[in-house]
Amino acid sequence: MAVSVSTVDSTSKPPGDVELPTTPDDAERRVPPPALVGGTPAAPAGFAAVKADNREGGFPTLWLIAPATLWLLVFLVLPLLGIIVFSFWDTEGGKLIADPTLEHYRDYFYTEGFFDSESRNFLTLSVFIRTLGSTFYFTALVMVLCLIVGYPIAYFLAMQVGSFKWQMALFLLCMVPFWTSYLIRAVAWLPMLGRRGLLNELLLLTGVVDKPVSFLLYSEFGYVMALVQIYVVLGVGPIFFSLAKIDKAIIEAARDMGATPFQIFREIIGPLSLPGVAIGMIFIFVMLMGEFATAVVVYGGKASTTGTVILNYYAIANYPFAAVNALMLMLAMMIGVVIILRVVDIRKEL
Amino acid sequence: MARWTPERRRRTWIKGGFSVYYVIFLVFIYGPMFAMFVLSFQGRRGGTSFPMRGVSLHWWEKLIEPSTVGDLQGALMRSLILALIVMVITALFSTMLAMAFRKRFFGSDALFFTVMAGLMVPGVLLSLGLATMMRQLGIPTNWWSSGLGVHVVWTLPFGFLVMMAVFNRFDARLEEAARDMGADEWTVFKEVTLPLITPGIVAAGLFGFTLSYDEFARTTLLAGANNTLPLDINASMTQRIRPTLFALGTASTVFSLFMIGLFLVIYTALTRRLR
Repeated sequence: MAVSVSTVDSTSKPPGDVELPTTPDDAERRVPPPALVGGTPAAPAGFAAVKADNREGGFPTLWLIAPATLWLLVFLVLPLLGIIVFSFWDTEGGKLIADPTLEHYRDYFYTEGFFDSESRNFLTLSVFIRTLGSTFYFTALVMVLCLIVGYPIAYFLAMQVGSFKWQMALFLLCMVPFWTSYLIRAVAWLPMLGRRGLLNELLLLTGVVDKPVSFLLYSEFGYVMALVQIYVVLGVGPIFFSLAKIDKAIIEAARDMGATPFQIFREIIGPLSLPGVAIGMIFIFVMLMGEFATAVVVYGGKASTTGTVILNYYAIANYPFAAVNALMLMLAMMIGVVIILRVVDIRKEL
Repeated sequence: MARWTPERRRRTWIKGGFSVYYVIFLVFIYGPMFAMFVLSFQGRRGGTSFPMRGVSLHWWEKLIEPSTVGDLQGALMRSLILALIVMVITALFSTMLAMAFRKRFFGSDALFFTVMAGLMVPGVLLSLGLATMMRQLGIPTNWWSSGLGVHVVWTLPFGFLVMMAVFNRFDARLEEAARDMGADEWTVFKEVTLPLITPGIVAAGLFGFTLSYDEFARTTLLAGANNTLPLDINASMTQRIRPTLFALGTASTVFSLFMIGLFLVIYTALTRRLR
């Protein structure tokens, strides 16, 4: 059936003309096959043309993209443009007014004692820049730790686990926490880290310390640990996929020619997994830069991130200043992503 | 039987080492949740950390009492309804977008990056931008309007990537054949395309449901008067932390796991039927 119909189509006629009779004699006898009734015969030309242009047909592109595009315009593009615009506006009695000002930018960068006019030196950075800096610092630290902790897991799954079934099962087991609430995963650290928490019990039991230590909860240590636990799975995924794509024959060949495991890693596995590393690091980077909930739960709000600063200024109805902080955060993120992409050219590698 | 050559012994050691590390890793990522699970059965007089002072369902009972943590049942219902709507929209939009991206069209690069931006832009920025804008325009925020809006922005890139991958492996000749036999576009889609991509749509839906159900940052300023479940959890954390919170966390996590399991079962059933 398929063959006979495609021969009908392969006579080179303009679309829509397929049912046109070739001879007047044909006109009487020929009844269109039932499948063609009401249908628009699509492929106009011969087999070669069908092959070259198999994109013919399908629903109109405009209809397919219109709803999602509109949605993204309203709920993604406009809010981001709004942040830019509002950062230049002024507030009056808790309301935004369209009165262009750079005041909020000045407040952001300038604080008392920021610039010493006598010695012409910068003394301290404004507290907002320092907050952004510490957000960046924690982000970078957690990123590196996620890489160190997560890479061997991805390597194990991709290189050491033999059967595909096991590989997928063990991989899914790692990814499941991604689909659970990170807020709850942050909460779950509370009984672990406290003075009488499980980690302390463990330390006491193994005799590492003889008194419970209190530096675990509401400290940099506990905060970083919780962040690594929450975000490490985002790194494992992409690294695993890029490692799994490596042709094992290349590694075998290198081994046969006498390469040491270290050489194999440095020359083959490392470079070939770089795109995955970059994608994973970008994921972790952007999520951590906007992080604020974990800081409150596990760090007890002792240190603020730029995220908490933004929410605080929103809460006291200083929208323009929240917007300035948000813009600076976005700027820092763009710089970070560009740096990561400088290290690894994902487009070239993919 | 293979001999224990030094090389083979070395590889076994390495594999063993990695396996041990993998188990430690699992303990690391699941351990805290497990501790929370155990502590939710803390005795009546026990606190939020070990040791356990007896075992009871006290904190679970408190969870069900309406007065303890605000309007918990309501929050759960809202989160579920929201997650279901997000699931449907995510599955629908990502399928439509991925179908459009099978052809090249004007602005396809720009649209691709806009979709991906939903994954990259921190929730707190979206919250701030949209909340400020709606306030300025005098439109009230609600979980089913502005909340729904930003949730889809967050889940769409995941569903979209899934559907892009599905169509990358899709054999377009099947559709060609149907078209050649005179099927119209709707028939081609309904009879050929849809059955083949249904597992992908289910996977996209999974992302939509679970990511929305757990989403917190994007809803913070946009849920309006009524909280979703993550917002309620966050609110109960600002009060004194009790084991009730652990019971709530455990219940929510178990529900998430149940949903993942359900989706996996549906997914495998669908792919098996295709083969």
